[in-house]
This record gives sequence, C-alpha cells and structure tokens, in this order.
Amino acid sequence: MIPEDRKYTREHEWVKVEDGVAVVGITDYAQRELGDVVFVNLPATGTRVKQFERFGEIESVKAVSDLYAPVSGEVIEVNPRLGSEPELVNRSPYEEGWMLKVRLEDPAELDNLLTAEEYRQHIGEG
Amino acid sequence: MYDKLLVELSAPGRRAVSLPPLDVPEAEPLPEEYLRSELPLPEVAEIDLVRHYVRLSQKNFAIDTTFYPLGSCTMKYNPKVNEEAARFPGFVQIHPLQPEETVQGALELMWELQNYLAEITGMDAATLQPAAGAHGELTGILMIRAYLRDRGEYGRDEVLVPDSAHGTNPATAAMAGFKVVPIPSDRNGDLDLDALRRAVSDRTAALMFTLPTTLGLFDPQVLEITETVHRAGGLVYGDGANLNAVLGRVKHGDLGFDVLHINLHKTFSTPHGAGGPGSGPVTVKAHLAPYLPAPVVVREETENGPVYRLARPEKSIGRVRSFHGSFNVLVRAYAYIRSLGAEGLREVADNAVLNANYLLARLKEAYHLPYDRRCMHEFVLSGVRQERLGVKTLDIAKRLIDYGFHPPTIYFPLIVKEALMIEPTETESRETLDAFAEAMLAIAREAETEPQVVKSAPHHTPVRRLDEARAARQPVLRWQRAEAAGQA
Amino acid sequence: MTEFLRPSYIPNTGSDRAGMLRAVGVGSVDELFAEIPEAVRNPELKLPAPLAEAELLRHMRELAARNASLEDYACFLGGGIYRHFVPSVVQHITARNEFYTAYTPYQPEVSQGTLQALFEYQSLICDLTGMEVANASMYDGGSATAEAALMACRLTGRNAIGIADTTNPQYIEVLRTYFEGQSLQVEVFDADDPPADRDLACLIIQHPNFFGYLERPELVAARAREAGALLVMIVDPISLGLLKPPGEYGADIVVAEGQSLGLPPYFGGACLGIFACRQEHIRQMPGRLVGQTVDIEGRRGFVLTLQTREQHIRRERATSNICTSQSLLAIAAAAYLAALGKQGLRAVAEQCYHKAHYAAKLIAQIPGYSLAFDRPFFKEFVIRCPAPVAEISRFLLGRRIIGGLDVSDYVPNGMLIAVTELNTRAEIERLAEALRDAAAVAAGPVREVTDVR
Repeated sequence: MIPEDRKYTREHEWVKVEDGVAVVGITDYAQRELGDVVFVNLPATGTRVKQFERFGEIESVKAVSDLYAPVSGEVIEVNPRLGSEPELVNRSPYEEGWMLKVRLEDPAELDNLLTAEEYRQHIGEG
Repeated sequence: MYDKLLVELSAPGRRAVSLPPLDVPEAEPLPEEYLRSELPLPEVAEIDLVRHYVRLSQKNFAIDTTFYPLGSCTMKYNPKVNEEAARFPGFVQIHPLQPEETVQGALELMWELQNYLAEITGMDAATLQPAAGAHGELTGILMIRAYLRDRGEYGRDEVLVPDSAHGTNPATAAMAGFKVVPIPSDRNGDLDLDALRRAVSDRTAALMFTLPTTLGLFDPQVLEITETVHRAGGLVYGDGANLNAVLGRVKHGDLGFDVLHINLHKTFSTPHGAGGPGSGPVTVKAHLAPYLPAPVVVREETENGPVYRLARPEKSIGRVRSFHGSFNVLVRAYAYIRSLGAEGLREVADNAVLNANYLLARLKEAYHLPYDRRCMHEFVLSGVRQERLGVKTLDIAKRLIDYGFHPPTIYFPLIVKEALMIEPTETESRETLDAFAEAMLAIAREAETEPQVVKSAPHHTPVRRLDEARAARQPVLRWQRAEAAGQA
Repeated sequence: MTEFLRPSYIPNTGSDRAGMLRAVGVGSVDELFAEIPEAVRNPELKLPAPLAEAELLRHMRELAARNASLEDYACFLGGGIYRHFVPSVVQHITARNEFYTAYTPYQPEVSQGTLQALFEYQSLICDLTGMEVANASMYDGGSATAEAALMACRLTGRNAIGIADTTNPQYIEVLRTYFEGQSLQVEVFDADDPPADRDLACLIIQHPNFFGYLERPELVAARAREAGALLVMIVDPISLGLLKPPGEYGADIVVAEGQSLGLPPYFGGACLGIFACRQEHIRQMPGRLVGQTVDIEGRRGFVLTLQTREQHIRRERATSNICTSQSLLAIAAAAYLAALGKQGLRAVAEQCYHKAHYAAKLIAQIPGYSLAFDRPFFKEFVIRCPAPVAEISRFLLGRRIIGGLDVSDYVPNGMLIAVTELNTRAEIERLAEALRDAAAVAAGPVREVTDVR
C-alpha cells in the first residue's frame, strides 16, 4: 500500500509536506529490501540538504545504503527515537519511522518527484 | 550443552600457571602514580581452562571434521608434516633482531620461498612481508602509486575495480588514496571489455583484476584486458586469491599482470586459524621490484659460500608491518612446496578444477546457474528458483548444516542474486563430493515439498538462527561482571 | 615396491577421475583449461623435486639447525618481540584441530567455539587495558598503530597526527607507509613536550616507550585534550600486570603488540595486533567484532557484528580493508591471560621489573658502562657501551649470550637490554661478567681475539 498523500524519489525516499515543512522517510519497499535496520546516520539540525544529494546512511545487518534528499532545505528536526529504536523504520516506515523534517525551500522541486502511481510503476508493483 | 564464559568459571585464588620464586633482590618499587590498583582478570584452574577450550572447540566445524566448500577461501587439507616442521625450536625460538649470521637457516628459507612464489606466478621478485591477502593488496597498490609518482605521473588517481570484486579490492584502493571506478561484468560473467576501454584514461593508475574471477571463471579476454590498461599507461594488479585453479597451468606474469598477491592460507595449505594468521606475499615484475617493502631477503656469494641478508630495495615504499613477515606461516608454505614440487602443484590445480566441474555437473539441473560455462576451481549458483518457493539461499546454507556440511560462501559475489559460491578444493574424495551433491539435491527437493524444514534449519546445533539484528542494534562486545555473577 | 611414493593430499585416483570426467563430459583434464591462451598454457615450474615426509623433515631440521635458538642462549634482546614464558596449555589449546583448521566464523551456528573464544579475548583485553571495547585482532602492533591513526583522522576530520619520538621506529615507519597513500601528515614530537596543536587528529605515545622507559601519559592526555585531539597509547601488555591501564589515562584508542601474551618469538611473525577504543567510537573502529546475542530459543550465542563497518559490505567506504586477521593468536593470548590470571600476570610483570633492575644495577657498576637514562623503566633499559655495540654483541655471542639491540642511532654505543621473567639470576650475572670481559678485550691493544668460544 503506497500512500497517496506524498511524493517519492527513484531511490525510495518519500516526502510529505505539511505547512511548508517536508517530512522525509524511506518506503516500505526500501525497508523490506534492506532487512532489519540497525542504524540510521542522519545529519544534525541546522544542516542544509539538497535535492537528490546524499544526506545520510542507513544500515541493516548485511547492507549499507545511502539516503538521498527528496527536497532541499534546512533540517529542523531529526526523529529522536531512531537512535535507540532503528527498527521503527521496518515497523512503520511511513509514520513512526520518519527521519527528517526539512523547511521546504522551493515547492517547485516537488514536481521533480514521482507520484504514488509513478513510484508503484518504478518498483514494478503497478 | 556446555555454555560458560571464562569469567563465569573464575573463583578467587585459582590459577593455571606456575612460576619460580624471584631469584634476584627486589628493586625500589615504582612510584604509586604509575601503578594500577586492580587487575580484573579471571582466576581459573588448569583443568577447568582445558575443559573450557576443548569443549568450545567441539562446537566448531573445521576442515579436520567437515567438508568446508567456502568459495574463494580454498579450504584444503592442512598437512600435518608442515605442523611438525613448524614446531622445530630453530624456527620457533628465534628473534627477528638477532644477528643475521645466527639465523641463516631462516633467511635461506625466506629467500627460497621468495623465489618459488615468483617462479610459480611468472614474476621476477617477491616480498613475504604482508600479513594477509588484503595487506598484500595494500602493499601492491602502494607500490604502483610509488612507481607512477616516480615517473611524474601524479594525475593518475583512479583505480578500476570490477563490480564482481571482493570487498577488499575497493577498500584497499580507497586506503591508498585512489578513487574507485567500478567496471561492470558482461552477460557471460566476464569483464565488460567495452566498458573497460571507455573507462581507461590518463587518470588510470591501475586495474585490480581477480583471475580466475570471483565467479570462478577464466576470463578468456585477459590478454586484451591487460593490454588495454597498459596502453592507457596504467598497471594491472592481480588478486591471486584463486591461484589454486591455475598452478602449473598458467602464470599470471605471462598474462600481463604487473603485480600479484598470493594467499598462503588458501593456495599453499597453511591453516586458516579460525580467521588468521594468514600471509599475503606479493610477487612483482622487475620494474616494480625497487619499490618492494623493506626488508627483502637477498643472497650474496662469498668465499665461504652463500650468505643471506636482509636488504632494503632502493626505492622501497617502506614497511607495511613490523619485522619481516609471518614466519610461522612461511615455514608451512615452504614445506608444502618442497613436498609437492612442480608436478604436485600442477596436480593440485587439475584436481581442484575437476572436482569443481564435477560438482557443477551434478548440481546445475536443480539450481539456477547464472553463467552456464566451464568453471575453474569454484562455481557460483543462484538460489532464485528456490526463492520463488519462499526458500532463500540463507535457508539452504543452514539446512546443509543438518546434513553435516559447512555451508558454501553465500551472497557473494554481489552481482549474483542469492549467490552460493562452492569451492570443493582438490583434497576431497569423490565420495565426499557425491555426499555433498546428494545433500544439495535433497534440499532442492525439500524446497518444493516441505520448505518449512529448510526455513527452520539448522535443527541440531547448540544455537540456531542467532539474532544478528539485536547484536548490531544493542552491541554487547565484552562480558559484564554483574551478569557473570548471575550465571556462576 | 621401491617406487617413490610422492606426497599427495589428493584422495582421488585415476579411476575416480575417469568417472568424473565422464560426468563432466570431457575427455581429459586438459580440456578444462582450454580457455587459457595457448601460447602461455602449461608453463614449466622450475622447482626442486618433491620430498617425501621423512626427507622433508630432515631438510627442515637442517634449516632449523642453522639458526641459533634462544633456548640455547641467554637472551637479552627485545625491541618489540620478547621471550616470555608460555604455559604448555596455550599450545595445546591452539593445536585443537577444530580451532586451527576452521576459518572466519561466517556461519555462527557452527562456529560458536571460535566466536566465544574471540568474545572472551575481546573482554580480556578490555579488562587488561581498562578500555570499553576491543576488536578481535589486527596484524601486529605496527599496523594497529597505523589503523589507530587513520581512525583518529576519520573521527576528527584532521589530516595529520603526532607521534612521540620515543616510539618503536618500525611503527613510525609503518605509519608513514600507510599515511603516504592518503597524503596524510606524520609529525614526530618530543615525548617530553607534546604539542597542543589543533591540526593534529591525535597524539600517539608509547608507554613504556621503545627504550623501556615510562612516559608521562597524563601530560600527553592534557595536551591532546587542549587541542581537541585524540589520545592514542601504545602499551606493553605484560607491563599492564603492574602499570596503570591506559583507560585510566583517558586514552581514546589503545594498541599493542600482543606477541608477549602466550606466543613465542617466531622470528617476529605472525604477530598479534591489539586494538581497543571507546564505545562511542565503535562505528569507526576497524577489524572484526564479536557480539553477544540470543538465538531463536533465547539461548546465549555469539556472532560477528557491526559488519557494516567492514570491507565486505562497505567496500571503498570501509573503516579498513582488513579481512583475515590473527584469530588463532588472539585465542592463544586469551588462553594465556586466563591461565595466568590475576595472580600470574602480576607476578610475571613484577619479576620482569625486578630482574631488569637487577641487571641494570650490575651493569652500571662495570667500568666503561653506564645507564643512558636516569628514569623509571619497566623491563628494558639502555646502556652506554665502551665500544661499538656490534663488537660487544659479537663477543657476547661467543659466550652464548644474545645481547641487546644496537640503538647507536639514538645513544652513542647504546644497547637496549631487555630482561624478562625467563632470565635467571645466573644468566644476568653471566651477562654482566661477559660485558666486563668484552670491555677488556675492546680496550686492549689490537690483537687476535682468542677467547671467543
């Protein structure tokens, strides 16, 4: 079930915008491919991330993957629970497993992203 | 099932050692500020110590108990005569800094071994210093770097690495300060020659190439590959992890490699030691010899006969470790080569390759073979067929344990999905190979008829399906004394 | 039956192979190598003829006999490798087939022996050094030092490190070789005046230092702290039976050569690189790590963990390229520490200390000789000789004594003497006597040296 209320990158990140704040995370497909998440390496608040550039890393037992920013902006909040409960990303990738909140710089950037339907096609579940 | 930690066996006052009394007058003690107040080591009696370790060892699979077809690791039998030779006090009780005239036997052994390894691989010189294959890789790449800089070629900052390469290759290139450029493999499992031709430039320092490849294949394009790199002004580094397949059949030096590392604990039968010590000598063509790490062993003819000395190559990259090399491993490799000779080594390759092809022939119907061609000493199967039935390669590996076999290498190389890399080696009998094939075929059948038994394997080991996620999320990397008090 | 029964570890015979060739579908083994370019196929290997077991052992014994074994000499040579007492149990443990013929514990269910033994090793090293976490080994003290420096650079983002001038020169050389590759800088500093330099990722101090003397780690720690740099300490594991552990000085990373812990000198290799650090830095730590966990039935078990730091997963972004390390030797070290225990290690350390000081006292009284430094030391110290060290050493050899290391590059006619618990009083007194006689010979008029036996 791919939530319709957000947009997606080809690298399996999602972004949901609420009042100019973009919430970022990874998709259910991504967490399944990764396996049990053991560590998430996120930037500090105040850092500026840039669309489609690497902002962090996510580790499972047997793999490391880069995380790519779906939008540009300043990081205003990082999910404090992921440090001690990285498994939230597996259990609830779209809700409790959120990673960053970013102050959206340019709403036009959202046009560069995939809709839920386009993402579904991308991962072959269309 | 026995399960205690040393700290749980400990009781105050126990010990497993005896020492004579101090036979000299006591000196003034050190000032308090230098001294420790507590030494929290366990206290264990000798019988408990011995039982502890013997019972622990019994929980291991090892070559001496079990067929161990770990692809890329060459788990061949470790000859016991080499163990005996390695225990002679004249080898064990010598200090690396002793005057050279008092260790001529050791230096001669190293000199001869340098020559044997160069001869076997078609090279001109060797270093025995690196402590493992990855260490040899770093040595070789640093030598290439020094060679290029010596020629003013500072702009060569890229190392090309096939996508099928062992992880140590790109890690090594990065450690040596190079940018890693991946080269894809083609549909046949060989290096994509066109991609290589597009990737080489005046920024190419080297290609790191494993031959036979990590897929267990002999890339027939090798001469074009090495020539392409040389034409662009780069050098070719050879990862010799799979040397077992080609001993006496071809020399890397004849194929255009400039430098090669060898894993003595793979090809030359020295024991794997549960993860080391190994040894990773590097052999080189003459143009790289001046850059070898120091020291190498040289021989001088004097009026009293040959004298062996340690020497520093004129443009040496320096040391990559303390002292001369992993001598206890070198002794065993030397003994192995002296036991087998040229014909024995050729037989090793012949039987290693035949054994692998035989197993491949027996298994290729039941399992998906991504590259359907002649293999060398190892081959890679894919568990994708079984995965469609819900059985993963991991499960197949665990089920093999129930059949009494150590699993093959799994999930490597990365370019094959659900990979199973099988290397039987030459030291296994046909009966053993048949038993293994039967087990693999049985598991393939189980995947279809009763997948649960595969997915819940292994069934009879002291522990089963350990929680690796927990181990990574909440690392516990040492014993805790409070917990120990609870268990004791 | 007089033919040569060549050594072969290949069970299959011609008839086994014939059947297998048929199954593969080829006529001969040669066909299996057809992809090799013909021009270079089947080269000659110019190697000596094979030797059957008895002949091989005879040959190996001959080679070994041409080495002067430390068992036949009184040994006072140190400089990084030492002759310490190895309890018999240690070798019996590492001779267990299931340990030495196993490999890296990739399949934990069938490797609990290795995994638990390494977990215990890690724990023992933490107990010994006062550090929070230790890895399952690196190649040797020298490369461990280099890896510690690289780790410090990664953690601080700085491009240079400082290393004390009293560090084992071989370790400094290894560090330079490793650093050259990444264009990182190595600065050698005066151990008595460590720099508080914000460009340096770490300050490395060896304690006791290469010459055997105790340094002032608390001073180095303070300067490092001032500069926001890490403190890296190189230690002698035997000395930790007596000395304050590096954890108590606030060390961030601790490395050591572990050969003294249950391994013979073996011509300097294989060695054992000890590496320990703080828990908070664990993701930047190189080398294998064994962690405790539970299995599907809740039983305690051990696995390789935090593998995402390593080369097989992270490839060019790995903390190190290390794969095979020194597991069996780590198990030997653990067995040694467990065999000696609290009492034993302390006793060994004390004996080294007292015997070394006795030797120093005797030598200081010999005319022509003097102690190079008036500072506290552990089991090694430097003496000034009345003649070139090479001459003195040659004389000592004639008396069946292996003298100390020539350190004339640092102290004129300086000899680095090491004394361990294995040196008896008689040997020490013999050394003193021989040094006295050597001086007399050196000082005498130019004449044939005839009393060298």
